[in-house]
Amino acid sequence: MDRDDLPPATEELDARIKRARDARRGAKSKGPPPAGLAWAMRLTTEMFAALVVGGGLGWLLDRWLGTRPWLMLVFLLIGCAAGMLNAYRVARRFESDVDNRGT
Amino acid sequence: MAAEHSPLEQFAIKRIVELDVGGVDISFTNSSAMMVIAVASITLFLMLGTRRHALIPGRWQSVVELAYELVARTVRDNIGIEGRPYFAFIFSLFMFLLFCNVLGLIPYSFTVTSHIIVTFVFAGAIFVGVTVLGFVRHGLKFFSLFFPPGVPIYLAPLLVPIEFISYLSRPISLSVRLAANMMAGHTMLKVFAGFVVALGLMGVAPLIFIVLLYALETLIAFLQAYVFAVLTCLYINDAIHLHH
Repeated sequence: MDRDDLPPATEELDARIKRARDARRGAKSKGPPPAGLAWAMRLTTEMFAALVVGGGLGWLLDRWLGTRPWLMLVFLLIGCAAGMLNAYRVARRFESDVDNRGT
Repeated sequence: MAAEHSPLEQFAIKRIVELDVGGVDISFTNSSAMMVIAVASITLFLMLGTRRHALIPGRWQSVVELAYELVARTVRDNIGIEGRPYFAFIFSLFMFLLFCNVLGLIPYSFTVTSHIIVTFVFAGAIFVGVTVLGFVRHGLKFFSLFFPPGVPIYLAPLLVPIEFISYLSRPISLSVRLAANMMAGHTMLKVFAGFVVALGLMGVAPLIFIVLLYALETLIAFLQAYVFAVLTCLYINDAIHLHH
């Protein structure tokens, strides 16, 4: 069997694999469809969850330190801010997804 | 009578095999049964789909490849090339939740993911795992997630608690979203099914509505499993790359 042409062929294959790998490393594909409904529902739960965590943390600290109800109020406010931040991040991400698709 | 037709009755846990080990109730319930069925169906689905390894895929193989490619693309888009070690985890997670959600839509079956404890165990395990991953990767620098560099130091007392609560809220929002969606959808289906019986001939209207609602629920079953997987990817990405 004639094997003289093998080295060039494998070299070419190497080059092709390398090219494919580089393309994979750098490129981000268009991405999955931004399911609007799912992202919209995310907004509400993100806000809600942060409020619950804030309130719960404050309540626990209050019980521990005996400062009811002040820490809970403070942490509810912080939780509210965290919820806004979460919602803002989701919205910003959604927007950048849409922008990537558009261009 | 009334209790039997409650729209919430479908979420009741029933023991199939009673088991009690040292005072801990580990009975095999209808919930466990559905989990076993889900895992068995996934195994069957993947085994049948990859049985022939055809270059030009048949129907089953196409669906399996579709699932594989969806998850692979999600991992690549959200984590990048470093995300590949986590592919197996994300794929298992996505398939399990998807099958639980979709199998739950079959009448008289049970929706495992409508129970918040199930979704919370998933979300909690992911939360702990991602936090450990962050510390292993970055050590104490992981705390910079709570205080991004370049922010004036006098904002720290305000910003750190906000970021900390935002971080802690992740498993809550992740689990509540899935469970609430499943539970709300299934309750609504049951309520409208009750209207069909109660209205007699006029029940055609809610019947049509149920058909449409079922389509929406199928979409939601898929979407919520997908969103769960995407968010897990995003959390892993945060732990690896340490920025939002």
